[in-house]
Amino acid sequence: MDFLQPRSWSEALEAKAAHPDAVPIAGGTDVMVELNFDHHRPAFLLDLTRIEELETWSFDNGRVRLGAGVTYSRVIDELGRLLPGLAMASRTVGSPQIRNRGTVGGNLGAASPAGDAHPALLAAEADVELASVRGTRRLPLTEFYTGVKRNALAPDELIAAILITPPSGPQQFCKIGTRNAMVISVSAFGLALHPERKAVGTGIGSAAPTPRRAYEAENFLAQALDAAGLWETRATMPPELAREFGNYVRSAASPIDDVRGTASYRSHSLAVMARRSLSWAWDDYRRAA
Amino acid sequence: MRITTTVNGARREVDDVWEGESLLYVLRERMGLPGSKNACEQGECGSCTVYLDGILVCSCLVAAGQVCDRDIVTVEGLSDQQGLHPVQQAFIDCGAVQCGFCTPGLVVTAHGLLARTEHPTDPEIREALAGNLCRCTGYEKILDAVRLAADRLADTPAGSAGRLR
Repeated sequence: MDFLQPRSWSEALEAKAAHPDAVPIAGGTDVMVELNFDHHRPAFLLDLTRIEELETWSFDNGRVRLGAGVTYSRVIDELGRLLPGLAMASRTVGSPQIRNRGTVGGNLGAASPAGDAHPALLAAEADVELASVRGTRRLPLTEFYTGVKRNALAPDELIAAILITPPSGPQQFCKIGTRNAMVISVSAFGLALHPERKAVGTGIGSAAPTPRRAYEAENFLAQALDAAGLWETRATMPPELAREFGNYVRSAASPIDDVRGTASYRSHSLAVMARRSLSWAWDDYRRAA
Repeated sequence: MRITTTVNGARREVDDVWEGESLLYVLRERMGLPGSKNACEQGECGSCTVYLDGILVCSCLVAAGQVCDRDIVTVEGLSDQQGLHPVQQAFIDCGAVQCGFCTPGLVVTAHGLLARTEHPTDPEIREALAGNLCRCTGYEKILDAVRLAADRLADTPAGSAGRLR
């Protein structure tokens, strides 16, 4: 095994082009488990922890450009107000030690359907920026997940950043697990209300082969809120509307039975989480008036 | 590969390190520092917690090559010539140690909490220790130890910050 340690982003892209089978490593919270248990013996490890620009965030045309190497701890400490949904999700990741090392870019690279960042990023309609020596491209996160633990990265590409628009309305994140800390989600749900364009964003985790949005639920809720004039009046959310939204979210999932939970529990919990997170978000929206 | 790094304030150099091994393995098997414990090797238990550039991490999840020219503090680096660190003494005084396997990780994690927060609330202590598993002593005694250490550190003339690295 060779250890590649580029000192700059251009060096990293050159290394990945020269060794497309190199496994990128940042916080190591996924990659090192594979190595420690001898599940994987890559020919090259590509260490991304010496590249400063990966560990910074900045503004890019009104959006937050989050470097792929920013840790969950830093999202919580520095971006709680700008990216509330992602910060909520980050607080549920692992333990303090894991949050100190794990990165949002790593979550995308692993592309596990259970990754905690995905539902929040999907609800916020994030884009991902991929780079190689051939150039840089940005694509919607929905096009990035291609299968269970598979993503749209070409062999010579690395994840550079995630682009997220700061919210115009409330965001929520829910996750079900067997305990509060150190838990891989049984199911998870992210919600964002976008009142400036009367739209709704959702993200489902751990209940389909990939993280996914619940488009029909989004459209149903946005239209129902519009038809009842609720975006303007900010009146109480009718309970049956929240319940119906939960049912739409449940229908968008295609969960399986596995060691962490059954498909039916995942479906049920998603409907409950969707309903509850909508009522919390709506309360936030009403209070913000 | 050769690893050159700082451990507990001393420059250390080790050769013939396999590129895929963890910082935990380097500490225990190559540097003679067995205080950090190897239990789960997947970041679940916190027994291998160390400081890496001042931040608490699971050393089992850090690749050896990633620590070149970094600053590492292990449980061995917490005590000084005057004796045990107040966090360590509090664990003894409260009976927060039984088999002892989780203790080094809990001591380092509690040390990190008290370096940031002088008087942590119980929820803050629980949250800070959420990544450290104990399977025998029971967490009540461990919580007692952290509270006692916080009180004792606050009573030292320099306050808690003065007694911590």
